[in-house]
Amino acid sequence: MKTQPTGAVLVAGGGIAGIQAALDLANSGYKVFMVEQKAAIGGVMAMLDKTFPTNDCAMCIMSPKLVEVGRHPNIDILTMTDIEAIEGVQGDFKVSVRRRPRYVDLGKCIACGLCAEKCPKKVTDTYNQGLIKRKAAYVLYPQAVPLKYVIDEEACIYLQKGKCGACAKVCPAGAIRLDEKETRQTLQVGAVILAPGYKAFDPTGLNHLAYGLHPDVMTSLEFERVLSASGPYGGHLMRPSDRREPHRIAWLQCVGSRDQNRCANFYCSAVCCMYAIKQAIIAKEHSEHPLECTIFYMDMRTHGKGFEDCYNEARHKHGVRFLRTRVHTVVPDQESGLLSLRYLSEQGHVQVEDFDMVILSVGLETPPDLRGWAANLGVELSPGGFARIDDFKPTATSREGIYVCGAFAGPKDIPQSVIEAGSAALCAGADLSAGRHTLTVRAEVPPERDVRGEPPRVGVFVCHCGINIGGVVDVPAVRDFARSLPNVAYVADNMYSCSQDTQNIISSKIREENLNRIVVAACSPKTHEPLFQETLAVAGINKYLLEFVNIRNQDSWVHMNQPELATAKAKDLVRMAVAKVLRLSPLREELLNISQAAMVVGGGVSGMAAALALARQGYPAVIVEREGTLGGQARHLFKTAKGDPIAARLAGLIAEVEADARIRVYLNAKLTKVEGFVGNFKSTVAANGVETVIEHGVAVIASGGQEAQPTEYLFGRDERVITGLELDRRLKAGDPGLAKTRTAVFIQCVGSREPERPYCSRICCTHSVLAALHLKELNPEMEVFVLYRDIRTYGEREGLYRRAREKGVVFIRYDCEQKPQVKATSEALEITIMDHVLRRPLLIPADLLTLASAIVPHRDEQLAQFFKVPMNADGFFVEAHVKLNPCAFATDGVFLCGLAHYPKPIDESIAQAQAAASAATVLLSQQTIRTSGTTAQADVRMCSGCGVCVSLCPYNAPSLKTDGPQAGKAEINPALCKGCGLCVASCRSGALQLQGFNDAQIMAMIEAA
Amino acid sequence: MDWQPKIIAFFCNWCTYGAADLAGVSRLQYPPNIRVIRVPCSGRISPKFILNALRNGADGIWVSGCHPGDCHYIEGNFYARRKFALLKNLLEYMGLEPGRIQFSWISSAESTKFAATAQQVTEAITALGPAANFVKSFSGLLVEA
Repeated sequence: MKTQPTGAVLVAGGGIAGIQAALDLANSGYKVFMVEQKAAIGGVMAMLDKTFPTNDCAMCIMSPKLVEVGRHPNIDILTMTDIEAIEGVQGDFKVSVRRRPRYVDLGKCIACGLCAEKCPKKVTDTYNQGLIKRKAAYVLYPQAVPLKYVIDEEACIYLQKGKCGACAKVCPAGAIRLDEKETRQTLQVGAVILAPGYKAFDPTGLNHLAYGLHPDVMTSLEFERVLSASGPYGGHLMRPSDRREPHRIAWLQCVGSRDQNRCANFYCSAVCCMYAIKQAIIAKEHSEHPLECTIFYMDMRTHGKGFEDCYNEARHKHGVRFLRTRVHTVVPDQESGLLSLRYLSEQGHVQVEDFDMVILSVGLETPPDLRGWAANLGVELSPGGFARIDDFKPTATSREGIYVCGAFAGPKDIPQSVIEAGSAALCAGADLSAGRHTLTVRAEVPPERDVRGEPPRVGVFVCHCGINIGGVVDVPAVRDFARSLPNVAYVADNMYSCSQDTQNIISSKIREENLNRIVVAACSPKTHEPLFQETLAVAGINKYLLEFVNIRNQDSWVHMNQPELATAKAKDLVRMAVAKVLRLSPLREELLNISQAAMVVGGGVSGMAAALALARQGYPAVIVEREGTLGGQARHLFKTAKGDPIAARLAGLIAEVEADARIRVYLNAKLTKVEGFVGNFKSTVAANGVETVIEHGVAVIASGGQEAQPTEYLFGRDERVITGLELDRRLKAGDPGLAKTRTAVFIQCVGSREPERPYCSRICCTHSVLAALHLKELNPEMEVFVLYRDIRTYGEREGLYRRAREKGVVFIRYDCEQKPQVKATSEALEITIMDHVLRRPLLIPADLLTLASAIVPHRDEQLAQFFKVPMNADGFFVEAHVKLNPCAFATDGVFLCGLAHYPKPIDESIAQAQAAASAATVLLSQQTIRTSGTTAQADVRMCSGCGVCVSLCPYNAPSLKTDGPQAGKAEINPALCKGCGLCVASCRSGALQLQGFNDAQIMAMIEAA
Repeated sequence: MDWQPKIIAFFCNWCTYGAADLAGVSRLQYPPNIRVIRVPCSGRISPKFILNALRNGADGIWVSGCHPGDCHYIEGNFYARRKFALLKNLLEYMGLEPGRIQFSWISSAESTKFAATAQQVTEAITALGPAANFVKSFSGLLVEA
């Protein structure tokens, strides 16, 4: 290896995992090459309508990230590019890439769309899953990054037959390059992250499901486009055959997953149960008349945070019907046009039911070409065809220096992909930390123009959001109305204001037209205000000179049937915004230094992984552990799902922590006080009677969880009844009694998925199946029963479930209404259960009963208060965003990982710990941070010194000056002020104002309303 | 068209404004009479805003924040609740019809509650008819701060 590693990373794949990894790396001092095979980044998430379990609009939460990647000075996006080979070693890789011709000059294309308009050739639109046609000259999707057209080589008449060239004739920018040839290039990087994603299983050929035989049988991804407002039907729920609204829709689960007869995918795809529930709920919401939704499934796998709630809501609130059966055949009826489904009911009777539409919940798989590609790169694959990883290094591939994240490392949902992206970014960055900031450039923010004293020149930009706004509100009328308002100097309407290309137009208009106040009428400021603020900064004006008008979420979407009133409302809202924006003034952000150290609360596997990750990059870390030893719950565990003995690996981890001079560990320790804020925390740790004050810039909460102590099934009253953790302890200790067991029974969901604790504990199914296998290994003659509600061995863990059945473990399902009964006699524990196949009660005399007890968090209210972070009803901490920010809190500088977030296995805990460390690294590597400009300000001339503000503020931001000529008057510490405005509304003298929301601004809005 | 009331709503950024956004995402439909002013916290809302809105011809006011105990700023909504209970009593004592000023606590996840409340607030204020009691025949008396 060279003395200094190359400070650049190649990220293969521009889906959400690749995007997150690229942003983490580029924001912490590394150059990133993002290599994408398609014409634009975005991946599968860009095709989705909504995301579970919150039903957020996928594009709305994603587009700010797309734009951030697109405009990042340290990320080079290489589209239509394939990776051919990776040579070299960690720290010094040479990656050969091949760029296929786009036939459009990226530098010249202005995305006007004339080429597509004039192109005579129509082809199937793959982005819309082939439901509609597009032209041979096209843009992948409207918000694509880069928003540049591309010519489909296979379809283009000129490229195929040498005649046409209509696009080149009409292109006003002269961007068409029909003679472009493919090029090759070698990129020098220190590390590689593979995030090529997955392919949805293709059910073509599954004739028993009538896929391809009838247009109303479609895949879930196709249906996602049907539901999407940007999709082929504009979000109107219709079936493709006759464009009529369906009345009955069926979802068939596990198509291309958990199936070795019709395909070779033994694993569970982990996401289909949730997306089917989401689609059923959304379809019901979209439907004008009552819609019947039925989901046919084998096991409902809602094992993630908030998933079980969503499942319960679907059943009880939305009336989605769930049928546990596998559909035998789908037969299209020629006369009625309906789809006839034949299945076996739970009672064992053959049923035939008609549906208007059938959605196949297709699984996730690694296509053969991707498998071959991985093999060429020297990356080993798992039995399911995903990158093989180690439970303790969850994102490292078999080749050193090459990391992996997203669905290529196993089927998974968006939050898990984002977590892995953080983990991969951290590992890649840690390898290269000596090369940090060697290849990057500083973002050039132009000097800010001083607009004070200038007469206001307001620019109003009204967004169509495709048809989301424009389909209801008369956008041109709103634009023209804005022109009539006082001080408005420029107006425009845009198709998608959030697209990178429009952002560039807005910033150049601000310069050209000399605008100094901006009103954007579009979606919600909660998702998009930061993006537009950045655009203002790029244009050289203070970012606080922006007012956002919500004419989509709070207008066009909620008044769809009253377009005139919706337009009137939009005009009123724009008038109010213009009135406010005139009164806005530039705000200043304070620059604070970030203390280059971290505190990690919790010394379990997550806490240690986070501390090590930070220390490896040179940031000192302190671990505060409540118990007398490191290791947390992992100390009691036997083996991981992949069969790794945990004790040895844990000992290695502890030894690493103890050997690292940059990590200080406080055992038997407790936080007694936390002061300060992001970058400048001051915490007091009490350990063994000594109090130490620690200064740190960031905090990682890894406070963990534990096994709940059951109260049912004779636990604590009969020593033959134990918990899963106790069984692991005995397995680990090599208890000779275990092998002598004749009959062992596991009861699942003890204390989980119950009214008082509604969530699924995620890991117990895998754990019990694994333990059952261990018992079978000790004594193959042992009879082992697992009594379950749904087996949730998600992902490749499904292989364990299969193996357990092969080894003779008997799985019997029970209902919440009819739980197993346990009676103790001197000879045995008599367990009675209603057998779901025989439909008769079954008595199992057992000599060992293991309860798969719930995982509960350490409900640490004080910790929550110390760092001002929220906790949900179950006692788990609440992350900043369930999808895209799963390991940070809304409170700046505080991060989250491990069981304190949600129950999870060791590999996922370590990935989340590293992702939390990655997010923390982004912050620490900046070295300074800007506070928000939206803070309170005191006018000493008006202050009477009453001290109400001081007594009200929960953040101690106001204080009364103690000396100087203004002693006794209030002052606000902008670094502590959160900008809530409580003191402002309560000040009796009117001496306080909240900048950005001052009285004059709000009064102006009221008067303009 | 029938007379339509004008309702000025003050929503906190974190809870009720989020619920209103989610109601949009879920395409829940409600009457288009509400003009929203977004504030960081219900604690930011000064009684002066409400008086000024009434003076400027609003037919109704709707103030909504996070559930008590769920404030993004820890306790701002408790202060708001105390302030507005007092203000409402005072205004009603002065002759404002009960129902002109509406309060609610809606979390960012409660989109259906949001749409239902929007409906209910609009209906209640429509039933009261145009506001006349506190409306100034001219505006501009308030000097800008």
